[in-house]
Amino acid sequence: MVKEVEKAGFPIVQMCNLIPVAKTVGANRIVPTISIPYPLGDPATTKEEQWKLRYHRTKVALEALATDIKEQTVFRV
Amino acid sequence: MKKAILYINQFFGQIGGEDKADFAPEIREGKIGPALEFAKILDAEITHTIICGDNFMGSNTDEAVSTILDMLADKEFDIFLAGPAFQAGRYGVACGTICKAVKEKYNVPVITSINEENPGADMFKKDMYILKGGNIASKMRADVKAMAGVANKILNGEEVGSADEEGYFARGVRRQVWRKDGKPASERMIEMLVKKLNGEPFETELPMPKLDRVPIAPAVKDLTKARIALLNTGGIVPVDNPDRIQSASATRWGRYDVSGDAVLKGGEYKTIHAGFDPAAADADPNVITPVDALKELEKEGVFGSLHPYFYTTVGTGTTQAEAQRMAQEIIPHLQEDNVDAVIMVST
Repeated sequence: MVKEVEKAGFPIVQMCNLIPVAKTVGANRIVPTISIPYPLGDPATTKEEQWKLRYHRTKVALEALATDIKEQTVFRV
Repeated sequence: MKKAILYINQFFGQIGGEDKADFAPEIREGKIGPALEFAKILDAEITHTIICGDNFMGSNTDEAVSTILDMLADKEFDIFLAGPAFQAGRYGVACGTICKAVKEKYNVPVITSINEENPGADMFKKDMYILKGGNIASKMRADVKAMAGVANKILNGEEVGSADEEGYFARGVRRQVWRKDGKPASERMIEMLVKKLNGEPFETELPMPKLDRVPIAPAVKDLTKARIALLNTGGIVPVDNPDRIQSASATRWGRYDVSGDAVLKGGEYKTIHAGFDPAAADADPNVITPVDALKELEKEGVFGSLHPYFYTTVGTGTTQAEAQRMAQEIIPHLQEDNVDAVIMVST
């Protein structure tokens, strides 16, 4: 789906936990998340910590969309 | 004895070469050309041979296919064969086209043989057994033998082996098998790991297909003006799942309005994804679709505006073809609303 959207000309960032899969399949902008069932907020942590993590990684994803890249890139979080 | 029908082109049908390539389809009783070679080893009688010019099939595909399907309407056959097509591009595509149509209409097994350089192989390899054929017609005997090998197993009700064993193009079909050695996955994994640690060659059981790459789309120039859309494959839907998106092997998607003051709350939204423990996302759907964070970032002016809908499907067991189609259906909605860039959260 990511590739189809990018083919249509949209920059797209994939936020996911399985980075090797995203890389193999061919996502160009990748931002890591923390798990499969809760990519953006570990329920074992406080609500505030979850919010901080989610706010931070979502912001990284947005910035990734505005970052020129020459090759497949996994953005640091 | 069981019955088979063979499709060949004008050249192998002994009609003529390129000058006869617009030969309209004909059906002949008995065996012509390659059919004689099949007859030596096939566990079925080839009752008819269909001949069609490659250009006729290529340029008048609908007419050619419907004519041939009509010809088959009153015939009894247990299997349908086409080719072998070698590296002949139009012939390979023709074999794939007619096999697919015959399989769909008459629900009989179909087999062909195409060289890997022939575009027909990639186009149709997921739809049928396509043996990996030679590049030129002098490979006829070997290619016919390979086709007959698979055909005979089907005709005799035997199990067809894997793509590697039988020599057909991998079809992307997953199948459970009992291993002859009975060796459990744990032992096979350890063996692989030990080989890897020792720097020895090992063979993965899950080869990753080599896939095409998409050119990198240029970055958003000014994030503070950009309109952003959110997609996810984590199955976040309103609790009543109005679009009835499947929990696995999804073929449907939905989009849900989060404009204005809307927030994603547990109890109002949930995940229907069957591939993980839903507890965390059911309690707080924002852990998959970070609408709360996006709204805050929008308010702070980090980006321009949020597209009013987020888009959902389920990624587990979903085929690439379905994923591709769903994305293609979603894209016009993004274009219509002048979306500049997209975030996809996948689980």
